[in-house]
Amino acid sequence: MTCLETLQAYAFRSIGIGERLLPREDFTLCQQFTLIGSGMIWNVYFGAIALMTGFFLATAVAMGKASPNRLVRKPAEWFIFVFRGSPLFIQFFFAYFAFLSLKSVSPVFDPFSAAWLGALIVLFLNTAAYSGEIFYGAYLSIPKGDLEAADAYGFSGWAKFRKITWPTMLRLAWPAYTNEAIFLFHATTLVYFSGFPAWQQRGDALYYASYFADKTFNPFVPYPILAFYFILLTLGIISLFGLANRRLNRHLPAARRSQMRMRLNLVR
Amino acid sequence: MERCADPASLEGLAWLACYLTTGKHLALYWSFGTVLLLLAITAPTALLFGFGGATAARSRIPPLAWLGKGYIAVVRGVPDIAFFLFFVIALDQGFEYVRHLWLCPDWEQPIRQGNDFLVCQQAKLPLGNAPQWVHEVYGFLVAALTFAIVFGAFAANVLYGAMRAVPHAQVETAEAYGMSPRQTFWRITVPQMWVYALPGLGNLWMVLVKATPLLFLLGVEDIVYWARELGGTKTPQFTDYPHGDWRMWYFLGLLVFYLGLTRVSEIGIARLMGRLTKGQATAGGERQRKAGA
Repeated sequence: MTCLETLQAYAFRSIGIGERLLPREDFTLCQQFTLIGSGMIWNVYFGAIALMTGFFLATAVAMGKASPNRLVRKPAEWFIFVFRGSPLFIQFFFAYFAFLSLKSVSPVFDPFSAAWLGALIVLFLNTAAYSGEIFYGAYLSIPKGDLEAADAYGFSGWAKFRKITWPTMLRLAWPAYTNEAIFLFHATTLVYFSGFPAWQQRGDALYYASYFADKTFNPFVPYPILAFYFILLTLGIISLFGLANRRLNRHLPAARRSQMRMRLNLVR
Repeated sequence: MERCADPASLEGLAWLACYLTTGKHLALYWSFGTVLLLLAITAPTALLFGFGGATAARSRIPPLAWLGKGYIAVVRGVPDIAFFLFFVIALDQGFEYVRHLWLCPDWEQPIRQGNDFLVCQQAKLPLGNAPQWVHEVYGFLVAALTFAIVFGAFAANVLYGAMRAVPHAQVETAEAYGMSPRQTFWRITVPQMWVYALPGLGNLWMVLVKATPLLFLLGVEDIVYWARELGGTKTPQFTDYPHGDWRMWYFLGLLVFYLGLTRVSEIGIARLMGRLTKGQATAGGERQRKAGA
């Protein structure tokens, strides 16, 4: 098989388009590159959807944690504590088995025990908790003068939140939120290694990488390929978030703009 | 236990008490110890690796500095779970290869034959005839070393930042007093960097705690392994304690265990920070002073 044929057969293997059977022996570099890249579709899917939906819950949770009302504050604090205080790996396992038990109650829950929905929900809640904490911290550090100026101009309620509080909060939180986005994409590799099964061997990038490592007993090829893809993805996230950062800071003089710092690290 | 002799006749709490003290459950409780042992071994080792990495990254010899910076950058840019899966095989093969070169110098076949990795019998780790516990201990140690390498890179990053946070005037003063770079490093930078490193290291500790269930992926029989094993549906043919699928409840238990562990760590770190800030010329130290006065 030439490399082009391999590409046609396996480029969308992870979402069920193309050749059904995985290669079993004589693995070429091209096959490894194509299949691991094909798995990246899932990593991007999980990361992007969880991030976009989690963003709104995170804002709500941050506002809840900052609320003077006990009935709102306590649930928000507990939500953040539970999801930040326990390993994502265990959360995946717990959610999977919880959805499995629910499945026997009603067929409505059937799709929840599949990775595409079940794992997505866990990632959504998880990133909402981590980002909620970041947003809460940023909310607390909004300059007092900004809020007083808003009051002086007659802003109140929703208009004040929408025009003053929220954009300032996002601006202050953005560098940390970028890191959170990077961790989230890294965390998507856990999905197929926890309870959630890969249906018909349609897994994410790490799933295929470990498939090759297991078959060839040589970790020195597939994992560097995976690393290459992830470094590419990370750079993509940084440039995308950098654009948003520019927009959030566009009203400030150049010297006061918050600098984006590359600070990758940490698991959850 | 005497009263657990006939589980089928037991009911309610008595049944549960007997169920939770079976041999396999004791193995589950021991595996909580495994997690704590891993933390106890990994934390100091990772700190050592981190110190080495940070020192190398600061080195004035370029290749050493590249090595240090490369170590930090590569490990942090890639999902750590990929590293866990990678290092466990890579370290194992690396050890066996070195032993192979050492023990069987006149071996002629290539090490990699197609999809196989072949070393001579004496170089196998652990040796083929070793008892089961040696295999388990070896697996655990490789896993611990993997954790130390990955978290060492994170720690290196924190310590590298902390070393640079030490006020520059201190270093300049040391130089003015005629200290050599080595003396300046050991007598001025290192003792002062810990206050700056503690928030980052505390954070890292929390992350390390939350990374421990990944032991499962490295093939160690840890709490995740036992929770899956014990929670699964049990039929009367195979056990005296038949039950349905309880894995959800076992994992709920693990979730609570980790929440407790992180809560205790949070309190501990806050105390340590309070003690370290005492008398420091920082905002935190100033607040402490005012609260006391």
